[in-house]
Amino acid sequence: MNCKDAIQQITGYLDGDLDDDLKRMLEVHLKCCHHCQIVFDTTGKTIELYCDGKLFPLPGKVRERLHNALRAKLKPRSE
Amino acid sequence: MVNFPDAGLAKDESVLVTEAKAGSYEAFEELVNRYEKKIYRLGLNLTGSPEDAEDMLQETFLKAFEHLPAFREDSRFYTWIVRIAINQGLMKLRKRRSSKEVQMKDASNDDGEVIPREFADWRPNPEQELERTELETILQNAARSLPMTFRTVFLLRDVEGLSTEETAEMLGLSEGAVKARLFRARLRLREELSKILKRG
Repeated sequence: MNCKDAIQQITGYLDGDLDDDLKRMLEVHLKCCHHCQIVFDTTGKTIELYCDGKLFPLPGKVRERLHNALRAKLKPRSE
Repeated sequence: MVNFPDAGLAKDESVLVTEAKAGSYEAFEELVNRYEKKIYRLGLNLTGSPEDAEDMLQETFLKAFEHLPAFREDSRFYTWIVRIAINQGLMKLRKRRSSKEVQMKDASNDDGEVIPREFADWRPNPEQELERTELETILQNAARSLPMTFRTVFLLRDVEGLSTEETAEMLGLSEGAVKARLFRARLRLREELSKILKRG
């Protein structure tokens, strides 16, 4: 497997979409190619950062305004 | 004696949906409590603006309540409100920018090879090294650099955890197109983040 093919397979690997042969070939390539290993690691890290639950918290004021707006508009309709 | 809600006794979602459909505001509010954080985060990453994200958050749940009787429960409640949120967010963006700009960007970036150019390793723990708000700005700017269709596919698949099938259905794309866009979105985001998060 060359670098171009390896890059093409990285996200399939992360999704568990690769068959066993392709998976093994990619793993062999990553072991001996530092650049592709970095692309692999940092692609995984990219996803991890966006999923970090500590980031982008809902500010208390925004939450308060949301619930006030919902209560004002919806509660009378549900009664 | 004060009674605190017990996580172990949390109501099943389908029960809450049934009660909310029957008009219970309290049941609907419980559903809002469960998903408000995620919808707000989706709004921030989609629109890149706290004001738009807040509008999107409110409009999503108002629409959800209004259309709840039509929710057939053949998908998860969360998938259903994400669909509403995405529609609200895209409408907001189209109002802000010219729709022409959004469409042209999408079309012109659909094909073409993605060639990694950044091969430096990243600093080990950017989430610990950087201030939270600084990292959030970096992530939002990187997400905003993506064409809209790539951004929505990335957010739905990788951040919201929808399946390829659900994402394809929601965006009116084939599953193959979702996979191809996800591939390009991930690598482009990685390139953008690498420029900032690489070591020294």
